Amino acid sequence: MLAYIIRRVAQSILVLLVVGLVAFSMFRFVGDPIDNMLGQERTQADIDRLRTELGLDQPFPVQYFKFLGGAAQGNFGVSYRQGRPVSTIIAERAPATLELAAVSGFLAISIGIALGVFTAIRRDGWVSNVIMTVSLLGVSLPTFLIGILLIYLFSVELDLLPSFGRGEVVDLGWWTTGLLTSSGLKALILPSITLGLYQMTLIMRLVRSEMLEVLRQDYIRFARARGLKERTVNFRHALKNTLVPVITVTGLQLGAIIAFAIITETVFQWPGVGLLFINAIQFVDIPVMAAYLMLISVMFVGINLIVDLLYFWVDPRLRADRGGAH
Amino acid sequence: MSDPVLSVRDLVVEIPTRNAVLRPVDHVSYDIEPGEILGVVGESGAGKSMTGNAVIGLLDRPAAIAGGEIRLKGQRIDNLPYEDMRRLRGKEIGMVFQDPLTSLNPLLQIGDQLTETMLAHLEITETEARTRAIAALDEVGIPAAASRIDSYPHEFSGGMRQRVVIALALCAEPSLIIADEPTTALDVSVQAQIIALLKRLCRERRTAVMLVTHDMGVIAEAADRVAVMYAGRLAELGPVRDVVQSPRHPYTEGLMGSTPLASRGQHRLRQIPGSMPRLGSLPDGCAFHPRCPKAQDRCRANPTPSLDADQGRAACWFPVEQLEDAQ
Repeated sequence: MLAYIIRRVAQSILVLLVVGLVAFSMFRFVGDPIDNMLGQERTQADIDRLRTELGLDQPFPVQYFKFLGGAAQGNFGVSYRQGRPVSTIIAERAPATLELAAVSGFLAISIGIALGVFTAIRRDGWVSNVIMTVSLLGVSLPTFLIGILLIYLFSVELDLLPSFGRGEVVDLGWWTTGLLTSSGLKALILPSITLGLYQMTLIMRLVRSEMLEVLRQDYIRFARARGLKERTVNFRHALKNTLVPVITVTGLQLGAIIAFAIITETVFQWPGVGLLFINAIQFVDIPVMAAYLMLISVMFVGINLIVDLLYFWVDPRLRADRGGAH
Repeated sequence: MSDPVLSVRDLVVEIPTRNAVLRPVDHVSYDIEPGEILGVVGESGAGKSMTGNAVIGLLDRPAAIAGGEIRLKGQRIDNLPYEDMRRLRGKEIGMVFQDPLTSLNPLLQIGDQLTETMLAHLEITETEARTRAIAALDEVGIPAAASRIDSYPHEFSGGMRQRVVIALALCAEPSLIIADEPTTALDVSVQAQIIALLKRLCRERRTAVMLVTHDMGVIAEAADRVAVMYAGRLAELGPVRDVVQSPRHPYTEGLMGSTPLASRGQHRLRQIPGSMPRLGSLPDGCAFHPRCPKAQDRCRANPTPSLDADQGRAACWFPVEQLEDAQ
């Protein structure tokens, strides 16, 4: 088990190195940051001086290793646009994104699993059919459109919820949270629905199809034949077996929620790292972009690792070290 | 004679389809006494398993009981509401399925599966349930039951898993066990052990058993009486020795002739020509007549009378009179 974790962590580090390399080499095609940083009145001497100062005159491998060396110590350099350390900027912005992603993920998983189980058990009911039909909308509508529709309905027409921003936040020193104020909670509703709706419908449809498959299994028939209560059969026996394959997809979806927060954050002008990244691209702010991409890949890799460990927890067949007789 | 544990009268199971109503079980009647093992044989699709599922109330929709009565210890159970029937399952009627590899929930320890069954039916505490679970495993021959109770199903072999399944079916001490092909998925050497185990436990507890199988060898070994099914109907019903040694229905005779027996010393097994008709296209008259060597006009025109549980052995217009020489 420990050996497995160590192996997985080593693999993860390799993945991060590759992601860093790919991201870093792509920045060369985004544009020249110097163009944005110096005004129209620049001279060739200014350009050369700044280029040397930023280390952009050095060959690509040297730049890459310098970046890695810094990143390993948590130092991602200084933002070209804001002139402040990137790690500080991201630390300021991360709580907004993580809170949004956590609330969306929670909504997606809890409602998705609940509706999936419901539509599987009541397979032929009209409520299930309505839910399944509506869920097609969630799967097929693009995120930005859902966001704009929600803004139109709840902010413009009904004037119930704010259309942009995070509302009032409470500063805890190391973390700013919108969960403690009513305006912060209100501001969270629309973006989290927008961000989580696709994942919710996806999880729901997945849980439903997996559960229908599990309910056909012999051990479910046998559980019924042993006279167990329908609730026990559905939740103790069927749901647990349903969750094994669902965990993988759900894990990847959580990563996707954080990554795709960019679109939702843009629509709702949510002050998170996604919006920061969009702005950084426009300005060719390479340190910010690099740090963001590394952050996202760390999260993806971390979630995948957690997912793999969850398998061990759920499925006893994978715990080889229990040493069963065969 | 004591009251039968299970008494089935004129049971009809129907499956409505778009074009027609199929009858996988058609006017079947039989009794099972306490401690008795009734073997139910027939080809695939003869309605054997469907009869068992009807008794325990687990027919898959759209199949449903369309007529007749099922009585358990005198009480009628075919019309009980779902929740009442649920309380009988496991408590009064246990079931053993064909494939032990898939009958156990892979994610739950076998001890948990045993205790949850007992706690669902018996007024006992969790500690008592665990003690009884160990005893139950011990009884079905799981070695070192106390240490294996926390194992998962995948840590057992197929034969051991079927023992666990039997322990599960018997743990609330039901008066009837429906064993649906309990040995079909097992190795031949293990089959005999499982049959012996089932036989011993049921003798000891006077549990009635409905043993569904297509294996005449298993029937000859275990059953007290045999019900032969063909195309949803009972073809023959009688004590196992009589049915095996001097079958009355031409179908049973054909079935016996196509079973390899060492004593018979024949070179080739006889076959019954043709195959069982599909439920949607049953022939007129006796369903077996197109394959029957003795079929006459009467067989083609008139359906055979259905067998009563207590009289008549073969549903045939021209039953075989004596043991025919097996070539």
